[in-house]
Amino acid sequence: MAAAAARGCGGVWRRAWQRGAGGPAPRGQRALACNVRAGAVPAGKSGLAPWVPVVGLEIHAQISSNSKLFSGSQVQFAAPPNSLVSFFDASLPGTLPVLNRRCVEAAVMTGLALNCSINKKSLFDRKHYFYADLPAGYQITQQRVPIAVNGSLSYSLCIDNKMSQMVTKTVRIKQIQLEQDSGKSLHDDTRSQTLVDLNRAGVGLMEVVMEPDMCCGEEAAAAVRELQLILQTLGSSQAVMAEGQLRVDANVSVHHPGEPYGVRTEVKNINSIRFLAKAVDYEIQRQIEELESGRTILNETRTFDSKLGCTVPMRDKEEKQDYRFMPEPNLPPLILYDAKSLPANMNHQQVVNIDWIHERLPDLPSVKRAKLVEQYGILPEHSFTLLNEDGLTEFFEDVIKQTQMKPKKVIGWILKDLLSYLKQYSLTVKESPVSSFLLADLLNHLEKKEISSTAAKQVFAELWKGEGKTPLEIIKEKKLQLIQDQKDLEQICQAVIDGQENEVMAIKAGNRKVLNKLIGLVQRETRGRSNPVLVKQLLEKKLSE
Amino acid sequence: QRCLSLIKSTKFLNAYITVAEETALKQAEESEKRYRRGQPLGVLDGIPIAVKDNFNTAGIETTCASNMLKGYISPYNATVVQKLLDQGAVLLGKTNLDEFAMGSGSTDGVFGPVRNPWSYSRQYKEKSVPKSHSEDKDSNWVITGGSSGGSAAAVSSFTCFAALGSDTGGSTRNPAAHCGVVGLKPTYGLISRHGLIPLVNSMDVPGILTRCVDDAAVVLGSLAGHDPKDSTTIQDNFKLFELPNLTDVSKLSIGIPKEYHAPGLSSEILALWSKAADLFKNAGAKVIEVSLPHTRYSIVCYHVLCTAEVASNMARFDGLEYGHRSDMNKSTESMYAATRREGFNAVVRGRILSGNYFLLKQNYENYFIKAQKVRRLIANDFVKVFGSGVDILLTPTTLSDAVPYTEFIKEDNRTRSAQDDILTQAANMAGLPAINVPTALSERGLPVGLQFIGRSFQEKQLLTVAKWFEKQVKFPTIQLEEVKRHDHGVFQHQKSGNLKQISKP
Repeated sequence: MAAAAARGCGGVWRRAWQRGAGGPAPRGQRALACNVRAGAVPAGKSGLAPWVPVVGLEIHAQISSNSKLFSGSQVQFAAPPNSLVSFFDASLPGTLPVLNRRCVEAAVMTGLALNCSINKKSLFDRKHYFYADLPAGYQITQQRVPIAVNGSLSYSLCIDNKMSQMVTKTVRIKQIQLEQDSGKSLHDDTRSQTLVDLNRAGVGLMEVVMEPDMCCGEEAAAAVRELQLILQTLGSSQAVMAEGQLRVDANVSVHHPGEPYGVRTEVKNINSIRFLAKAVDYEIQRQIEELESGRTILNETRTFDSKLGCTVPMRDKEEKQDYRFMPEPNLPPLILYDAKSLPANMNHQQVVNIDWIHERLPDLPSVKRAKLVEQYGILPEHSFTLLNEDGLTEFFEDVIKQTQMKPKKVIGWILKDLLSYLKQYSLTVKESPVSSFLLADLLNHLEKKEISSTAAKQVFAELWKGEGKTPLEIIKEKKLQLIQDQKDLEQICQAVIDGQENEVMAIKAGNRKVLNKLIGLVQRETRGRSNPVLVKQLLEKKLSE
Repeated sequence: QRCLSLIKSTKFLNAYITVAEETALKQAEESEKRYRRGQPLGVLDGIPIAVKDNFNTAGIETTCASNMLKGYISPYNATVVQKLLDQGAVLLGKTNLDEFAMGSGSTDGVFGPVRNPWSYSRQYKEKSVPKSHSEDKDSNWVITGGSSGGSAAAVSSFTCFAALGSDTGGSTRNPAAHCGVVGLKPTYGLISRHGLIPLVNSMDVPGILTRCVDDAAVVLGSLAGHDPKDSTTIQDNFKLFELPNLTDVSKLSIGIPKEYHAPGLSSEILALWSKAADLFKNAGAKVIEVSLPHTRYSIVCYHVLCTAEVASNMARFDGLEYGHRSDMNKSTESMYAATRREGFNAVVRGRILSGNYFLLKQNYENYFIKAQKVRRLIANDFVKVFGSGVDILLTPTTLSDAVPYTEFIKEDNRTRSAQDDILTQAANMAGLPAINVPTALSERGLPVGLQFIGRSFQEKQLLTVAKWFEKQVKFPTIQLEEVKRHDHGVFQHQKSGNLKQISKP
């Protein structure tokens, strides 16, 4: 029961640690051990074969479209309850589904971007279950023949925490299917009633099924992040997890190498990528502990409790469901065309042409990254950071267009200064008070050696306040220009030398390192307005006199 | 107005669930104005029409003869209803049916059975020999057939010129045969189902009930064509046609499918069937016996597919969004259960149960998939026969004439449906157009009809042949004595029943 108590949430990690040598290795360590390294988790003290975690994902991405999958009602987040409900969405008797072309195109686009083969003929099915937010009593989905199959997704992740060593992995995409979203139920326990909002009912979803090719939370998180970027690049989904446009369910099991896969659990209710990594790692650890304590894993659905950082069994899904699948009789097979099969007399507006969509696919994140590395000579990991922040690549490129500074130097300003400020103030790139124009302007002053980089950082801090001043105004106001007059600088250097007899002695005795201290003193004296290279030259000259 | 008063005087037939008196009078007035201005909307302007109560009508109750939808007022019009209204038709009311169109007698609705107008005809009274309980005149009335019995009775009793039914396994043709009217089941996909509360989506079609073939053609012309709201309707525009008066049938090839000589077929109908075949032969047509070998499996498969879709389609009636909701509030599940127990009759519940059984994972392959495969074979049978040069198939519509209600209810709904749909549902399985043409009166003075089945989307050919046949057989007009007393004069006016010959009253 000790394990159960420990899992009972609330300080789980600490208690696991406390169990110490007697029990299995602490969770935290195990989770780290699993990271990336081929996935094998060493067994506990038992000394048996290591555990291999297996992780597969089912991802529901809400299609970004004006109207729903089978009806004309609008799609919009956070609209007043039940304000976006057509007769069909409410399942009024006699209403029929009419497929939204835009949703089909979004799915084809996504399928192509994930290297899938697109089925030229796909079918719709009904999946039956009773639930208050499923008005028709069934969901229209693609169970038998989905729109896209057999794809793959490459994603990269870093092996250590310092973003310096990246590995690229591939997960197979089993299929992408089109289906309807359900409505939302709100349970009011105090008044024991359930309120139903059908705004979401019938919104188009793409279900992306990833094969169990991953082995830890980090990998799952990286794969989902890459998928998210792809969807956003395509515009096929806004893929904002916090708004439920991207929902991830993880299938997790563990087994010993060479043995068949273990019994798997499904973890639901994961609403951020960070939580995905946590939930998967927690579940792997839990299963290993259960098995090592001689218990078995139940094939069950669990939910991730983000507050407690653990997974708990879901109560309402206990009964085995038989979904009684049936072909949807109101929708003819979905036929897609390519350049070859396109009938000549067909109205262009009426058909979906795979080749036409293929030709118009935008650059995918991987291509964008490669281009950035090639074009600007930046490090691959920097290209990841640029793409991971929405709008950062554009910002970076805008700065480059407006400055003479080399991209390799600019990237430092973007990643170190701009990004850390953004993070500190929890702002998005778009919300940055320093525009690409201002940053470029500032960097130009730096590049022209009008200010030192120390001074430039001061200017940046001032610009961040967003008071509408130009870099030049700030430089003037704060008197941050480099001292251009060499005589002035020579005087200051002389003064420093005169005041530091011990150091001068040390340098003359051969300890060159002390020279840096003198440079620093000159910098302090000039409040960063001196060019350190020049100062070094001047000091060396004077000391050798 | 005459129709409305006629509806009142024939109220005992129970053909209508809702009579939309107010809106009908208003529509008639509007139509009158258009005629006065000389700008009628078309041939249907001002024509009184009734609609089966499983078509959605905005503002008028749509009940499906079920407790589940009692009092339900739809916010929209079915496409076919809208098309009729757009052409100026006057919507008189909603006609009775079996609950959710599940039945073949129009006896299993929550509003009670429909009585066949022929029960009150002079023809029936003269010929049917009153038996021992002759004093109980009322118990002799016969059923209309179903499930569009209300629509058939409404047309047959002159309360409207045409009525919409629905046809899933014969629900338009069967009551048409029993009530002596024309019942057309068009090709699947020719007329929009949007707004028709489904029984079996893959077989349902709106049906047309009229007193003559020409009328059916006119109504068909006004309803057919693509509907963006129904993805299963054909894309091509439907070409309007006027039926030619066929004089020469010598180029026709009429197929007589031997499998339609089904067990239980009354000798009377068998004789009529061969007489009809002779009629064509004597007029010079080629009449050949053909085989549709998979016909005998059809009714069983029909039931599997029908109940499966019923189980699915009925899932939406959960008491949440609309319709009946039980007071039971212990939990959502118990509310669902109570709502559905109270809302549906035993027939509906039974079909839902068996449908769900067929769809269970362990049964799906053995029942549903197999039935679908057989359905394909049945459709292929027809393709082969039509491919061999046969133009039209001639078959009986029903096994016998209408039976008295007291007789009918001795068997349960399932048994009855299996018997009554046997000659009609194959056309639904194959999606083909078929029509019942009233042919003669039986020995008991009740109508008997024959069925023509045509090629897919070849309604024009089908109706042309039906029209020729109609002209040959000269089916007698119903002599409704009791009603006649109340509404003298109406009948002279409406006897011909031909829409095009009738100007505004």
